[in-house]
Amino acid sequence: MKLDLDEVTVGYKGVPVLNDVSFSLNAGEVLCILGPNGSGKTTLFKTIMKLKQPITGMISIDGRDISSWSFDKIAGYIGYIPQNYSPVFPYTALEMVLMGRTPRLGMCSIPKAKDIEIAMESMKTLDILSLKDKAFTKISGGERQLVLIARAIAQQTKLLIMDEPTNNLDFGNQALILNQIKKLSQKGMAVIMATHVPEHAFLYADKVLMVKDRGVLAFGKRKEVLSEENLRKLYGVNLKLMPVVSESYPSLKVCIPGVL
Amino acid sequence: MEGNISMDIKVNELNDKNLMSIRHTHIKKKFTFLIIILAIVFITSFIVGRYPLTIEQLLDFFIIRHFDVSKEIPDVVETVIMNLRLPRILAAVLVGSSLAASGAAYQGIFKNPLASPDILGASAGAAFGASLAIYFSFSHYGIQLSAFIFGIISVLLAFIISQRIRTDSAVALVLTGMLVSTLFSSAISLIKYVADPFDKLPAITFWLMGSLSGMGIRSVKFACIPIFISLTVLYFMRWQINVLSLGDEEAKTLGVNTEGSRLIIIICSTILTATSVCISGVIGWIGLVIPNLARLLVGSNYVYLLPATMVMGGTFLLVVDCVSRGLFPVEVPLGILTSFIGAPFFIILLYKGWRE
Repeated sequence: MKLDLDEVTVGYKGVPVLNDVSFSLNAGEVLCILGPNGSGKTTLFKTIMKLKQPITGMISIDGRDISSWSFDKIAGYIGYIPQNYSPVFPYTALEMVLMGRTPRLGMCSIPKAKDIEIAMESMKTLDILSLKDKAFTKISGGERQLVLIARAIAQQTKLLIMDEPTNNLDFGNQALILNQIKKLSQKGMAVIMATHVPEHAFLYADKVLMVKDRGVLAFGKRKEVLSEENLRKLYGVNLKLMPVVSESYPSLKVCIPGVL
Repeated sequence: MEGNISMDIKVNELNDKNLMSIRHTHIKKKFTFLIIILAIVFITSFIVGRYPLTIEQLLDFFIIRHFDVSKEIPDVVETVIMNLRLPRILAAVLVGSSLAASGAAYQGIFKNPLASPDILGASAGAAFGASLAIYFSFSHYGIQLSAFIFGIISVLLAFIISQRIRTDSAVALVLTGMLVSTLFSSAISLIKYVADPFDKLPAITFWLMGSLSGMGIRSVKFACIPIFISLTVLYFMRWQINVLSLGDEEAKTLGVNTEGSRLIIIICSTILTATSVCISGVIGWIGLVIPNLARLLVGSNYVYLLPATMVMGGTFLLVVDCVSRGLFPVEVPLGILTSFIGAPFFIILLYKGWRE
């Protein structure tokens, strides 16, 4: 699996929000996208999912232009977890996970025993099988994220796009979600996620994309991009990166704002 | 529900089989329960009415006379069963199922537990189309077609206008539906105003109140083809309704061709509404009340919700029709009875807020 964006400009009704984004992502890599609110991250994701047309540029998977692909075909390659999502009807967690099987079903069929098995297996992978009969609308934010990740696993795609997966989660749940994402990438899934927390990029990203003021500020390997100078430009505040001594994360740093 | 049986067997191979199969056994029990109730109500409906029959007479008519040729069936019994009760009972089940199923489908695709054929304006639109056709003395087919066309116009109007309103979309759809309903109701009044007071006006007025009395087997035959086709299509697309109820973008990212699927479901639901309106007039509230009751009973998953809604809708209208025939000295139009039940239910729904 290889995702390529080539000079992609995205926006609403022909008005660009984010210009000339180019990157490529391979199987097993995690790309973190950092950028202030309103910098076009969500628009970029929606454009990759074909919910919006790019204004210019080309998006391709394994070298093939996806602009003519159906939603069905895209959903076979990319799983997408939007931000703050809640359905109107109280589906159970298992039913929500089963929705991930939709691209593998015909238009007139319902999930078979095998699909249920796959859905339950993916919930078991994340250790949330106990939630399966609970209403999705009644469980906590962290649990919802896990259910949606389980749905993406059941969808059996090679790429997962997550729009601020740790938004509104407490400290423990953030770590829980991110560790699961890390595990998925170690199994070969490519992951793109937007985040507002630089440490998440330090801990989990292979590649980092910084976007600001309608354009790309920096893109590249984590070490190259996550510099004090870039972060300062990105968020427009003074900040300091402090190294953390850790054996498992040799280059780990924490970002402290407001310090010169 | 042959799919469930295989689910049970397969899931047994998993470690956590027990919980899963318990849930499916539960749902199977509930369906058996619903179908038994429908059967009981179905049989009881033959007995209730101005000319009371006994169970014995029913048995004689339906079973024993086929084995015992010497059995004499009085002409009046045969007439009551074949010409009065049977068409009426079949029509009640068909119309009840259709209205309930179309309500459930509208609720799913518009992501709104308050949607239903009457609230979206589909009933009013179809009633206008049919009144117009009666006014111009169209044939049966003309009435049906006109009801369908105006039904679909009103649903699309309500939906499109609600999309342009920047407010809570669930409430917006209810408001725009009311608007469209009012518009078509006024148009119906206009037709009544200009209609011939000795011939067309009473026909339109009584039919609009909603009634199954005087139902002939011909009307039932005429209605059952579009109803069966639409119910079958909805039944096969019930997983798509689940995914569509998550919202447009969400459904697309799960691979659903939302425009196509939604259009097919709107067309089928509106055919169901229009056909029901054509044969029985405007019977409100079933499309709102029954799907929500079914949701409490079997959950939100349309795989179970839609068939449960169909069975419960048929049962409900049959019960209401029995009440209208049996309880009052004069037959009360069904539309009046269903709103006495539906309106308080709607208030409870609003009060509970539903989407906690």
